[in-house]
Amino acid sequence: MHNFDFVKPSSLAEAVKAMQAEGAQALSGGQTLISTMKQRLAAPAVLVSLTGIAEMKGVSVAGRVMTIGAATPHAVVAKEAAKAYPALAALAGGIGDPAVRSRGTIGGSLANNDPAACYPAGVLASAATIVTSRREIAADDFFQGLFTTALEEGEIITAVRFPIPDRAAYAKFLQPASRFSLTSAFVARTGSAVRVAITGASENGVFRWTEGERALSANFSPQAVKGLKANADDMIGDLHGSKAYRAALVGVMTARAVAMAMA
Amino acid sequence: MTKVSMTVNGRAVSGDVEGRTLLSTFLREGLALTGTHVGCDTSQCGACVVHVNGAPVKSCTVFALDLEGATIRTIEGMANADGSLSPLQQAFQDHHGLQCGFCTPGMVMSSAALLAENPRPTPQEVRAYLDGNICRCTGYHNIVKAVLAASGQDVSAVAAE
Repeated sequence: MHNFDFVKPSSLAEAVKAMQAEGAQALSGGQTLISTMKQRLAAPAVLVSLTGIAEMKGVSVAGRVMTIGAATPHAVVAKEAAKAYPALAALAGGIGDPAVRSRGTIGGSLANNDPAACYPAGVLASAATIVTSRREIAADDFFQGLFTTALEEGEIITAVRFPIPDRAAYAKFLQPASRFSLTSAFVARTGSAVRVAITGASENGVFRWTEGERALSANFSPQAVKGLKANADDMIGDLHGSKAYRAALVGVMTARAVAMAMA
Repeated sequence: MTKVSMTVNGRAVSGDVEGRTLLSTFLREGLALTGTHVGCDTSQCGACVVHVNGAPVKSCTVFALDLEGATIRTIEGMANADGSLSPLQQAFQDHHGLQCGFCTPGMVMSSAALLAENPRPTPQEVRAYLDGNICRCTGYHNIVKAVLAASGQDVSAVAAE
């Protein structure tokens, strides 16, 4: 890996300033970025660690809204969100493996927007708000395709705000070698409105399955999506599963998530 | 080069490192603690797991400079004060929880983190927790047995399946 200057600010204001340097890149838990740098797919001149900023860590709940600091590791979310938002805590507790969950963070996962990552599904289905060093971005506007987000140069995610749904669940179809999603569904229901977010399936990254949402808003049961086919055109096809297989999994995993949410 | 200081196995240590120096490199080359093994260097295999402030971390996928002031425990810090094996290490020996031994430091460190969090895990919980630790000898059954034995559970009926 190419060498770089390492800086570790202790406040968000310092981090924002450090990110103005030429070739600066934010580093959160590093569970993707460090491997990427080893392969020389990324070679930042300056790494700005976000792991020493207290104001970007922790889980807090106020009424029906849960806020997670962007630099909070998955293992902490798995524990601290368990009471207020168990579906999201379960998602966090199923990412990677225990050692990855000690370091990897929600902010890092969202900024990277891997097409098979778990958090984008939970954030999009929950209609969460991504809070950054500059503004607030609705989840519907944040994810913009494969490894692409609404974030601008030097912009840092500081927190994610989740309205807590009445019922929710995440059904993950594990790709056991990578521990990412082969195709997974996060279903969230608030009142009679249902949002379904699918990760691992599309070449454009996480997406809302609107046909599924319509069917489930009318009838919140696994049967409602039986036989409903997702469009296979934009699906990922690889040695782990064809486009048609992933399209079929969209309905299957959504039905499983609904069953879990009703339990 | 930048100076980094941390506490490793109870000892205050420091050294000069580059930005790109990984914790695994600092431990092995800077401190000559070669018990921490680097198997894959891609955070898949878990041979390099150590404890950072009590939590299991893949030392090949964290920069030394990011751990300024941290408390680290490696496999060298697992034995009892008199040098004898800790109950978990002894259980690995008693139940043949290692074959070639390459993955063992990571297996022991991950298992110790599990037992600290969950003192009497079920076999399924042990297997789930060791998801990120790969044994290329495929000696998993006896590793699980060793962890269960170290937790004080009777494993006389647990056979290799």
